[in-house]
Amino acid sequence: MIKGKQSIAFEESPYILSSASVVGKKEGEGPLGKMFDMVEEENLFGEDTWEAAESAMQKQACLLALGKAHLKPEDIQFLYGGDLLRQGVATSMGVEELNIPMFGLFGACSTSGEALALASMGVAAGYGESMLAVTSSHFGSAEKEFRFPLSYASQRPLSAHWTVTGSGAFVVGKKRSHVRVTGVTVGKIVDYGLKDSQNMGACMAPAACDTITRNLEDFGRTPDDYNRIITGDLGYVGQSILFDLMRGKRIDIKKNHMDCGMTIFDQNTQDTHAGGSGCGCAATTLSAYILPKIERGEWKRVLFVPTGALMSTVSYNEGESVPGIAHGIVLEHC
Amino acid sequence: MDKKKQQQAYENYVKQKTPVHNLPLNMVKAFVTGGIICVVGEFVLKWCEKAGLDKDISGGWASLILILLSVVLTGFNIYPQIAKWGGAGALVPITGFANSVAAPAIEYQKEGQVMGIGCKIFTIAGPVILYGVFTSWLLGLGYWILKAANIL
Repeated sequence: MIKGKQSIAFEESPYILSSASVVGKKEGEGPLGKMFDMVEEENLFGEDTWEAAESAMQKQACLLALGKAHLKPEDIQFLYGGDLLRQGVATSMGVEELNIPMFGLFGACSTSGEALALASMGVAAGYGESMLAVTSSHFGSAEKEFRFPLSYASQRPLSAHWTVTGSGAFVVGKKRSHVRVTGVTVGKIVDYGLKDSQNMGACMAPAACDTITRNLEDFGRTPDDYNRIITGDLGYVGQSILFDLMRGKRIDIKKNHMDCGMTIFDQNTQDTHAGGSGCGCAATTLSAYILPKIERGEWKRVLFVPTGALMSTVSYNEGESVPGIAHGIVLEHC
Repeated sequence: MDKKKQQQAYENYVKQKTPVHNLPLNMVKAFVTGGIICVVGEFVLKWCEKAGLDKDISGGWASLILILLSVVLTGFNIYPQIAKWGGAGALVPITGFANSVAAPAIEYQKEGQVMGIGCKIFTIAGPVILYGVFTSWLLGLGYWILKAANIL
């Protein structure tokens, strides 16, 4: 059922049957280290290149999530997946062997939200019993794609993020579990004209503000109706901007806001500057930290808002701004 | 126009919200790092001169050895850490330039000898080489005109 302007409230809400998180060494050393399903000590994941490593990680996450739900790849109707690399190769190569009919997505770091929204819509509409949503990012491949070769000597600005090496996979289906997706708010592109791709938090904060406000309005809720409003990777800079923007709309989310990028790394000891980022940041935090809390009923209702900075190296060099997008997923304990 | 103003206002607001590195501290670190690299170069230079080489050739040896050191340190991933601490002090000397060539060579090696290393080794250093050569050409032109006009 369409709710308000940009949201859907599911009449029969799909469940998140299982999820899995696979991360690299640095993430394993972070505050959430013990909660991930798999921490790989070697960032190449036994492969030769960063890209192949990312694909291997994504495949591993899919298999783990399927295993937890006691499902085989052929039990999945459709797969929704995406990553940060050009033409989404990490996903194409990663899920190739699973042989699941699939949709390749791009939503930058918001891809986990995009994939979950589409998977939930597919299940709710009755187009399948179970769907798989997956996304990943890798520090090595992302640095290479968007910034410099890894061994290039440079000083990162304090507003820069650290791309999370990690992949999260989620099985969404009709079978009962303790977490369900009761609604989604599909985000639109919000562009405040900022051109600094090294300050992604500031580029994405307006989109997060837009989607959160939209969600509250569409569902007729206040921030207090959510135990947590969780953004993907705004980081320290983006969070403080989000608070200011929300205050401008007379909405206070300070007390129940959390940001995955600020949670996954310890800013003081891990030298990650503004915090974690990448598709894997929100996805692995959701799988390892947020979903278990909802499952246990510690949190009854959560608004998960992964945020993405929609730029390419070409658009950036050609002087275009960095537009942001954010998708809202309403997760409830049941 | 109004939109431009809004964008400008947001940009200014973000600028004031965004933390930046401490400039004086960074300058001190750059001075120390760059200084140490130059001292190493000077040491090689003096040593070559003592060994009986003439001044120009000794200078060449100093550059060569600094480049070699930087490339080896890049290979062991130590140079990026020096630059993280020392900033411009590690980027400006010839060692920084060597790093900017060695790093793409390492990263793109997997894309092949021609399309990888061949095409991409100068992705960072390329502009420096192009505009360096172009600037010397401009200076040469000026020098030639001044000489032709008998000013020099």
